[in-house]
Amino acid sequence: MTTKKTALEVTDLTVAYEDKPVLWDVDLLVPEGILMAIVGPNGAGKTTLIKTIMGLIKPAAGNILVYGKGFQENRHLVGYVPQRGSVDWDFPTSVLDVVLMGRYGRLGWFKRPSRVDVDLAMDALIKVGMAKYANRQISQLSGGQQQRTFLARALVQDAQLYFMDEPFQGVDATTERAIINLLQDLRAKGKTVIVVHHDLQTVPEYFDWVTLLNVRRIASGAVHEAFTEENLRAAYGGRVAFVNNGRRVLR
Amino acid sequence: MDFLQLLFTDYTVRTVALGAAVLGMASGSLGTFAMLRRQSLLGDAMSHAALPGVILAFMLTGSKSPLVLVIGAAIAGVIGTLFMLAITRYTKIKEDSALGIVLSVFFGFGLVLLTFLQRNPDARQAGLNTFLFGQAATMLVRDIVTMVVLGGIALVILILYWKEFKLLSFDRDFGASLGYPMTYLDILLTSLLVIAIVIGLQAVGVVLMSAMIVAPAAAARQWTNRLGLMTGMSAVFGAIAGVSGSLISSLQSGFSTGPVVVLVISGIVIFSLLFAGNRGIIWSWIRQQRRRRILRLETVLSNMFKLAEQHEDLTHPHSRLVLRAMDHGRGGVEASLKALEEQGWVKRIEGDQWSLTPAGIEEARQFARQS
Repeated sequence: MTTKKTALEVTDLTVAYEDKPVLWDVDLLVPEGILMAIVGPNGAGKTTLIKTIMGLIKPAAGNILVYGKGFQENRHLVGYVPQRGSVDWDFPTSVLDVVLMGRYGRLGWFKRPSRVDVDLAMDALIKVGMAKYANRQISQLSGGQQQRTFLARALVQDAQLYFMDEPFQGVDATTERAIINLLQDLRAKGKTVIVVHHDLQTVPEYFDWVTLLNVRRIASGAVHEAFTEENLRAAYGGRVAFVNNGRRVLR
Repeated sequence: MDFLQLLFTDYTVRTVALGAAVLGMASGSLGTFAMLRRQSLLGDAMSHAALPGVILAFMLTGSKSPLVLVIGAAIAGVIGTLFMLAITRYTKIKEDSALGIVLSVFFGFGLVLLTFLQRNPDARQAGLNTFLFGQAATMLVRDIVTMVVLGGIALVILILYWKEFKLLSFDRDFGASLGYPMTYLDILLTSLLVIAIVIGLQAVGVVLMSAMIVAPAAAARQWTNRLGLMTGMSAVFGAIAGVSGSLISSLQSGFSTGPVVVLVISGIVIFSLLFAGNRGIIWSWIRQQRRRRILRLETVLSNMFKLAEQHEDLTHPHSRLVLRAMDHGRGGVEASLKALEEQGWVKRIEGDQWSLTPAGIEEARQFARQS
């Protein structure tokens, strides 16, 4: 691991809403080319963490480096999949149009998407199995299709480091499978993906790194080292029941 | 002389119509974004809050120049918006209540100022009354020039920033993650909305101006699922309402423009709600009726098949009353039978006795396999 580049380095990150700390003194060191889950109970600050890293929330203190530089400088290396529920899906637009928004960062001010951008968007839609829905109005999509549209939008960003906020939330089995394949595909290409995740059971199966968060950083590292009973208890308090077969269940 | 007068009248009417068209296009297209960002009520609050601004601007400068009044309206609108943001931030009062508070306090204050002005026998103030309900006919050429220039600027900026405003309206966080300054875009778009509102105040009035923001967008949403088309249609609806409202009220002396504009745009909204292709109430109802009729036909056909299966001869006739009983006594069995007869699937043997035809038997079998 030491030979690998560091994709993300966060030091002493503290975020507060009206004097109430949401994140407290969080450090993270994420090597390149891994799939990392951020887990923790509700209100642990998982979404706040990735939003702060991307500059959407102003931290009270802390330092953030993306590939060795400040986020502003290396913003073009970052892709983002927000929570599906954060937008109005009755907005009058098509699937292709939403995916094209992923190109807006490269396009810059005032320029409209070109033929090349449309081709890239179509490629991304093929990858997530949504090509035949390209011209569909987004209100006609199922939850899983909405999620795949968002993933396609992130793919056309052509980033090195991806942040995904609960991509598995309320999706069908097909979509879950599609996301997993996509994540592994991204890792194979040397990209780094950081996923806010809810389902503890699937962490060892889907991810190779994990960060346990509950306002403070409880643990962070390779799944087999950091995803331990002790750390989970520290993160979730008494709310985790441990079953003998090693499967962990959230109560 | 007559001819000259007519030409002059015609010129005025044409100028007023041009101003109203630009106003309608600006408020219609910006209203689309206001509606999609759930800021329709903000438009209402801003237009009401503009009244004290208009009157104070007049009191302070003694001028009725449109630019002075528009600036006064814009400042008051912005102060009203800031008040609202402050109320929601520093108290537990929610946004809708804050809107209501700002709207009524500012509007009330404006009315007090207006009454105060009316006590003073100042001839010039008479024009300010028109800001309540609007009076397109009172607009001078310089008023219209101001409207057209400001409205035109707003439209050009909207087109220029189209992609960025779409991003802001659909997914603000994602836009921010791409590096677009969303707060700046938000302020810019809201400022354009303020411009669209204040240029309409003299023609449409502070009370009903919000209809020009909300209604064209609501009507356009019924017809299309594309943002570009929706914005364009909304602009056209706004222009139609503005032009016809100002013309009707100008030609019919004594009519305020605002109410006429609202009646026209309401007509467009009602028509759109009823008849629009996808979302319209009428077509949804017709589609539903069609589905029901097909369902009834299928029910009657399969019931006849069930009865026929009791017999050696599948074309054995049965009474309509039996079929009606099987359909839980619901009406329309006779109509369904007649429709099936037209298809050639059943035939009337005598009186109320009906039997399946060979084609009908085949159809019923296929239907049974499918379900």
